[in-house]
Amino acid sequence: MKITTTALATLMVLGIASAAHADIKLGASLSASGGAAFLGDPEAKTLEMLVEEVNANGGINGEEIELVLYDDGGDPNKARTFATRLVEDDEVVAIIGGSTTGTTMSIISVAEGEGIPFISLAGAIQIIDPVREFVFKTPHTDRMACEKIFADMQKNGITKIGMISGTDGFGASMEAQCKEVAGSHEIEILAQETYAPQDADMTPQLTKIKSTDGVQAILNPGFGQGPAIVTRNYAQLGIELPLYQSHGVASDGFIELAGADAAEGVRLPGTALLIADLIEEGDPQKDVVTAYTTSYEEKYGEDVSTFGGYAHDAFRLMVDAISRAGSDDPSAIRDALEATDGLVGTTGTYTFSADDHLGLDLSAFRMLEIRDGEWVSID
Amino acid sequence: MTAKQKWIQLGILAVIMLALPAFFPSGYYYRVGALIYVNALSVIGLVVLIGYAGQISLGHAGFAGIGAYACALAPEHLGLHPALAVLLGAGVSALMALLIGRPILRLKGYYLAVATLGFGILVSMVLSNERSLTGGPDGMAVPDIGLRPLLRDMGLRVSGGEFWYAASALVLLLGAWIALNLHQSATGRAMRALHGSETAARTVGIDVARFKLQAFVISAVYASVAGSLLALQNGFITPDVAGFMHSVEMVTMAVLGGVGSVLGATLGAAILTLLPQVLTVLADYEQLVLGFVMILVMIFLPLGLLPSITARFRGRGV
Repeated sequence: MKITTTALATLMVLGIASAAHADIKLGASLSASGGAAFLGDPEAKTLEMLVEEVNANGGINGEEIELVLYDDGGDPNKARTFATRLVEDDEVVAIIGGSTTGTTMSIISVAEGEGIPFISLAGAIQIIDPVREFVFKTPHTDRMACEKIFADMQKNGITKIGMISGTDGFGASMEAQCKEVAGSHEIEILAQETYAPQDADMTPQLTKIKSTDGVQAILNPGFGQGPAIVTRNYAQLGIELPLYQSHGVASDGFIELAGADAAEGVRLPGTALLIADLIEEGDPQKDVVTAYTTSYEEKYGEDVSTFGGYAHDAFRLMVDAISRAGSDDPSAIRDALEATDGLVGTTGTYTFSADDHLGLDLSAFRMLEIRDGEWVSID
Repeated sequence: MTAKQKWIQLGILAVIMLALPAFFPSGYYYRVGALIYVNALSVIGLVVLIGYAGQISLGHAGFAGIGAYACALAPEHLGLHPALAVLLGAGVSALMALLIGRPILRLKGYYLAVATLGFGILVSMVLSNERSLTGGPDGMAVPDIGLRPLLRDMGLRVSGGEFWYAASALVLLLGAWIALNLHQSATGRAMRALHGSETAARTVGIDVARFKLQAFVISAVYASVAGSLLALQNGFITPDVAGFMHSVEMVTMAVLGGVGSVLGATLGAAILTLLPQVLTVLADYEQLVLGFVMILVMIFLPLGLLPSITARFRGRGV
């Protein structure tokens, strides 16, 4: 009798335990290897770390999260296959990912077709414009970066600029966006040059811009090593005009690559994540950014990047939505996501609505300047 | 290869295509199946070029890119139906192959490899840089081919995965049939003759330049149609489809499976499409294992998987 009771009790405990472990399956397809690994690698690490954290703290509504993560290597075709696999085979309730615009656009058609909420980590505006029912994103758009930069130029009385941009996806997209919004900020682009991502010297282009009459500042939409070379050439040519870089190089790696001397005075729009130590007490982002930075650097022994921050925000948004939805039904999660109001992330404070699936405004960007090899907020 | 062998090969292919879905636990497998057939189609093109005519190309992804972007661009700018855009893409690819094939097929070996490589890179650069037309590296959307609603009206409800599985399977069967016919035809024999010895072929009166060019054009059309199919089923396309790595992938599939054999090409495409999906469990070691498998195959089965294995079964050794 006693044995039966014990057995029964054990079974019940097991039953409850296994019910409590009816995991929530969260899918991710990131570019952890290949050309876009500098995006996907910190993103993947961030997701793995956060899932561990949430599960150690009892999961969401008592259910653990199971992360199904695939590396699409930046290949849109693979991303689409993995998205299909996540939805059809792994039966995840939501997807985070798409490190690049190309992989994101491939995942979108699967997520939209099957009705699975999807938060993208890529920059382009066409991801959320037009608004798609199941698609959200965490990074600012290039257009917002342009607007932030132009606003700072206006503040400093700059109206005529030269632009030098990379011909890679990021540089070309931002160049186009900047041209579109320049007019509304009364900024005139007098000179415009480009360079290929693998170019090792931009002196000729810069000399050309320098010799254009009336240029008051130079803007460099670009990504990777290009902007660092532009910055070095800039110093070598002794150009005195203010140099604006994009959010694409908002990392300590950029200062190292360009050299602190050459980078002195460079301005760019960045997120709170870059200046974790400088955020004032009482700033709503302070706690979020500090917590993420501390645990990431402790776990992986490397600096956080803006890109990992995008994944952090996407994950927080998803966890918040799932717990508010109170179920793991994809359309319930979608509805909860859209109702997100004032969730503080590392990139900014998110408030989604039916016609805004980005949910950030310009205040999320902070205008930063490099002084003595350090980031300083100049807002 | 006799006519009987041809029908046996096609029969095997058809039976496998029909039987496989019975073992599919979820819709995801239809997607993988469709990808295998699409890859196999472009690899069969390379069987004609490399296996029959003995010429190399490291730029065939360029033709896949032309086919893919034809399906994205023609409906938007010319108002063409996506299905017709496939044909337009194939036509443009054939014309392009004809134009560039004439001068570069005079080159042999490494020189030909480098010249074709240049062509592939050129196409992918144009697709990346002509932002106003192609959307640049961010890619562009491809309109739906609209056949599924048509089938639904006819009372046949199929999912996207099932539809593309069937469509790719049919096109692959057609492609395999054409390639197998070509093998037996006078043209195919001429190609194989010039593969064996260009000098000997010329001596017996074969117009070497013409047959090389034919093989090049035919394989370009295969790659183009495969690119179109990929674009249509993904609904979105980026210049990666024309990238150098895609060209290398095609040649690797052909060589791994057995470059002279249509079924071998399909097997090579199947293995190299499946392996990355299977190896996801190994996460970080995926690339390592993939490379290792390929090295082993090349050392122990130098003719490629299928020809080496069938040769062993017939007791002729390798």
